[in-house]
Amino acid sequence: MENTNNIEKTDKKEEASTHKIGIYLWIWTLLFVLSFFSYMVDWYQFQGMLRWSLILFFMFLKAGLIMAFFMHLFWERYALVNVLLWPMTAIACFIFLMAAEFQYTLFSRLFYFVVGGGA
Amino acid sequence: MSEPKIDGFELKPGFKGMASDTASDQTMFKGVHWGKAMMWIFLLSDTFVFSCFLISYMKGRGSTPVEWPNPSEVFALEAFGVPVPLLLIALMTFVLITSSGTMAIAVKYGYEKNRKMCGWLLLATALGGLTFVGMQAYEWSKLIHEGVRPWENPFGAAQFGSFFFMITGFHGFHVSIGVIFLFIYTYKVFAGHYEKGKKGWFTKLKGDYVEIEILGLYWHFVDLVWVFIFAFFYLW
Repeated sequence: MENTNNIEKTDKKEEASTHKIGIYLWIWTLLFVLSFFSYMVDWYQFQGMLRWSLILFFMFLKAGLIMAFFMHLFWERYALVNVLLWPMTAIACFIFLMAAEFQYTLFSRLFYFVVGGGA
Repeated sequence: MSEPKIDGFELKPGFKGMASDTASDQTMFKGVHWGKAMMWIFLLSDTFVFSCFLISYMKGRGSTPVEWPNPSEVFALEAFGVPVPLLLIALMTFVLITSSGTMAIAVKYGYEKNRKMCGWLLLATALGGLTFVGMQAYEWSKLIHEGVRPWENPFGAAQFGSFFFMITGFHGFHVSIGVIFLFIYTYKVFAGHYEKGKKGWFTKLKGDYVEIEILGLYWHFVDLVWVFIFAFFYLW
């Protein structure tokens, strides 16, 4: 009990020292610029690998900036950050599984419905 | 936000700190308000829900031999008689990022106990969210007029509609809930609930400006999800 009380006490002291407004304005501007760039990807109709890699690049950069600075993860202790980020590997696994699955489904549909099966 | 100091306790930084925090016999997330930890855990589960939607969209779009509707044509908007690709979506993105920025600064002013600034910025955030929902309502009605249904559409693969309405609808629902809470908290801040020490949500403990940060986490998450929807649904 004593220690949790101490946490609350230190929390109150912490409130006085917040981050400078400049960092938020910088991240804000960056998000605008990155969104503009990702819109430009569509505007100039880039196609193929260039389009996909640019979309993913800007997407991850924006997501990272929002999580790190707007959601304060950059300043949190690793115990919280790791609890939040490691489960994302499960999502990555799921994406790979389903990517394999849709390719197989597409193959089956083309093979049986369009080609007419093996016969 | 937390650089917690606990008397008689040495909080190590980095991975060593993570190991000792996790192994300690009391709170695991040192210096993190319980409401904030709960919000993060909720957001983690919400991440899985949205991931499932986007993954099923990937699976549906990838497995159909019929051509997928071209989003930059489907979502084009006429401006001055010229069709501009994705115009409305780009505007929605900018509106949502704007409201995310005002939210981040509202959190900062909240911690500085600057009641007025915090309140006005929360109000701006709420209005930004409301604008976003309004634009989405316009987008939906436009597409419904053009004949897009969850089971068919005039542009291409029939699955397009169901994924579109499900994903953007669920996101819009999150935005709407966020807007409601933003208005509630705008009221709470302007009414000075945190200065008077009124009790917070789901608790008998006194409310505090940390609640604004918790609300901010939710709002930034909504913006975060939109980043992914924008990339995968509208740009891909």
